[in-house]
Amino acid sequence: MERLILRRLQADGEEMILNFGPQHPSTHGVINFMVETDGEVIRKAIPDVGYLHRSIEKIGEQVGYPGFMPFTDRIDYVAAMFPNEGYAIAVERLLQVEVPPRAQWLRAISCELCRIASHLISVGTMAMDIGAFTPMLHGVRERETVNDLMEALCGSRLTYNYHRIGGVAFDLPEGWRDRTLRFLDHFDRFLVEFDRLISFNEVFVKRLAGVAIIPAPLAVDYGLSGPNLRGSGVDFDLRRDMPYAAYPHFRFQIPVGKGFVGTVGDAFDRFYVRCLEMAESSKIVRQALESLPDGEYMAKVPRRIKPEPGEAMSRVESARGEMAYYVVSDGTEKAARVRVRTGSFTAMGIVDAISPGLMVADLVALIASLDVVAPEIDR
Amino acid sequence: MNQPAALPGAPGAPTSPAARRRARAVLGLTLAVGVGLPGLLFGLIVALTPLRTVVPAGWSEGQVFLLHAVGLAVLAVVLVTFGAVVSGITVWWEMRVFARMSSRVGYNRVGAGGFLQWVADAVKLLLKEDLVPADADAVLFRAAPYFVIVGFALTFVVLPFGESLVAADLNVGVLYVLSVTALVVVGILIAGWSSNSKWSLFGGMRSAAQVISYEIPAGLAAMVPVLMAGTLSMQDMIRAQGAWPWEWNVFTNPFALVAFVVFFIAQLAEGNRTPFDLPEAESELVAGYLSEYSSFRFAIYFLVEFGNLWVMSAIAVTLFLGGWQVPFVGPEVYAAARGAPGSIPGAGWWGLQVLSMVVFVVKTLAVLNLIVWIRWTLPRIRVDQMMSLCWKYLVPFAFACFVGTLFWQLLVTAAPWAARATGYALTAGFLVTAFFFLRLTLRNVSAAGDRVDLTNW
Repeated sequence: MERLILRRLQADGEEMILNFGPQHPSTHGVINFMVETDGEVIRKAIPDVGYLHRSIEKIGEQVGYPGFMPFTDRIDYVAAMFPNEGYAIAVERLLQVEVPPRAQWLRAISCELCRIASHLISVGTMAMDIGAFTPMLHGVRERETVNDLMEALCGSRLTYNYHRIGGVAFDLPEGWRDRTLRFLDHFDRFLVEFDRLISFNEVFVKRLAGVAIIPAPLAVDYGLSGPNLRGSGVDFDLRRDMPYAAYPHFRFQIPVGKGFVGTVGDAFDRFYVRCLEMAESSKIVRQALESLPDGEYMAKVPRRIKPEPGEAMSRVESARGEMAYYVVSDGTEKAARVRVRTGSFTAMGIVDAISPGLMVADLVALIASLDVVAPEIDR
Repeated sequence: MNQPAALPGAPGAPTSPAARRRARAVLGLTLAVGVGLPGLLFGLIVALTPLRTVVPAGWSEGQVFLLHAVGLAVLAVVLVTFGAVVSGITVWWEMRVFARMSSRVGYNRVGAGGFLQWVADAVKLLLKEDLVPADADAVLFRAAPYFVIVGFALTFVVLPFGESLVAADLNVGVLYVLSVTALVVVGILIAGWSSNSKWSLFGGMRSAAQVISYEIPAGLAAMVPVLMAGTLSMQDMIRAQGAWPWEWNVFTNPFALVAFVVFFIAQLAEGNRTPFDLPEAESELVAGYLSEYSSFRFAIYFLVEFGNLWVMSAIAVTLFLGGWQVPFVGPEVYAAARGAPGSIPGAGWWGLQVLSMVVFVVKTLAVLNLIVWIRWTLPRIRVDQMMSLCWKYLVPFAFACFVGTLFWQLLVTAAPWAARATGYALTAGFLVTAFFFLRLTLRNVSAAGDRVDLTNW
């Protein structure tokens, strides 16, 4: 792989080849960027992925259907609810199980809280990569509260394993609703404070405005999804356009990049779309907690899950774009094929296309604005 | 629902009366050690000053030479030690301030309030292996830290701590400071080159470009107080200013106010502080020119980086903020307390010296604190923005201030009331700005629904 990439780079004259990673503070995990630079200016940057490959898809074919659920957490450990949900929905479609409404609502609540937690890390590390450390720690502070809520809900702070085929593992614990609402009241104020602290800081805006612009057609061509796609001004969100779970019952906006401080599709748009999405997630959680239906939180699912031969596909809007599961059953207790498609992997592809002409510092901003998580790229 | 108890001292943790008492004890102890230790060092300087100036009658030339040699050697050791200690304390202070800013507890294990953490860090670094990368230029790699620490330590020679507390009041003081601090960049450049690492090379090159560029606005802005005082000596420049804010250089001359801002920004850049910390930008260059260093050599770079905060602040205070001048204590008061030349001065004189030193230290710490705030608030600028800020904005502004001050001095010579009137007006303007800033801060704090919690101190 490395040799293949080196063949595409040249360092015969003024250029220098720089291994940006795999151990580097701002590659957000173990990714390598092979960079051809002329001084501080980048001629070409090619991502070299695969350092964190753990054969998650193969594991999905080796363990049974319910047994794979804890492994899905590890696909994206920063936002572990979404791989849970995507896998659960895919297998439910194979089994043709109807998920009870309360479970649907609980899934929406847990996923949106998880989206808040994930975006807090994203915008925080964005600020840290630009050189401001304090906003990141403020984000982590708020994330701690979300982690506390998640711990109370499912006993785990990072890899939740909360969703089940046919519903969710636990009902809401006592007092959780009020705690969450109190947190959201605080969190809405925090978002305003965060904007004042960093989002519209002059230095920060100057670093991100007009940097690493991804025009809408290019974003679509490269298959970007989620906030990266919406940052380029493309109004597409699976929660609204291909509704699943309880989302049709909630009212929320889909923030898209409008060139808030510069050009549509620049790094700042991708950053700020995430800030706005956190506020929308907060709205969704409030609505879901208000309209939470009573009833079962788990459908009647046979103890031994053995779907009819066939295939099913699920697509959920994860914090880093579309997360799609394709599960093929051959009628046994183990899946014949599990395929996961993630937002981070497609996001890596575009680095090659838009990196020429950026500076080394801009490459950091670009990686941070794409919000990639290494295990989600490699799986 | 089993909630893990909040960390004691963490924001939002319940505070019992005992915890409060403990916090107060920690605060008291911290202050005692924090003020006591540098106080001790200053005491040594104070004790050494008469050694250089007061020679008992009847001593032979050889005896006097020996006295001076021993005195200066001890003084040199004390000054370098002071630099090291002050940089350690600065690390502690910076980390405490940063912890408060980012809702954390911060240093609280080693010593009262974590005060001795810097000693622990230094000991840890000394015990590490001193690695030299295989392909590095070993001689230059080992030599680089010495350039850095020499450039840093030499500035202490002319830093005035009080009315008579200065190692040597050179008549080229400002030029001396500007030239010896340039030695630091030589060390950084050597470190970047000799490490044989691409990240180090980036860091070294950025640092060279940055420091050399910002020397120009810094030097030009430093010429403004030189023009106002008509001397290059640090002590004489302080003597030309008064004790009250409206008598400081920064407020008596509108051009000096702009020059102060230019000088402050340029000093931040020369000290590689945020938003100009490009040479060691962690998220871009891993650790810049420091990437390959470990152990004692790394400790030296760290010492210089934090000790430079003191130097930067002290120079800014000297040039623009009135230095050690104490209100109501003019030169005649010092002279009266001094007594006859050749004799050991009385207790009143020593008291005045300590008072002037306290004024200087308080001002320096205030500026230092401002630098710390800036570091943990602002992001980093990009290398091209750093260059354009210097050459497009700071250099022209510094030139304009320089020329403006020439005309201003003509005006002040003709009409001395102009300086006084400007002093009052700008001081008032500064106070109004500070008031509004404070009000905005309090309003932001209440809007975020948080409260200022200092029990952790």
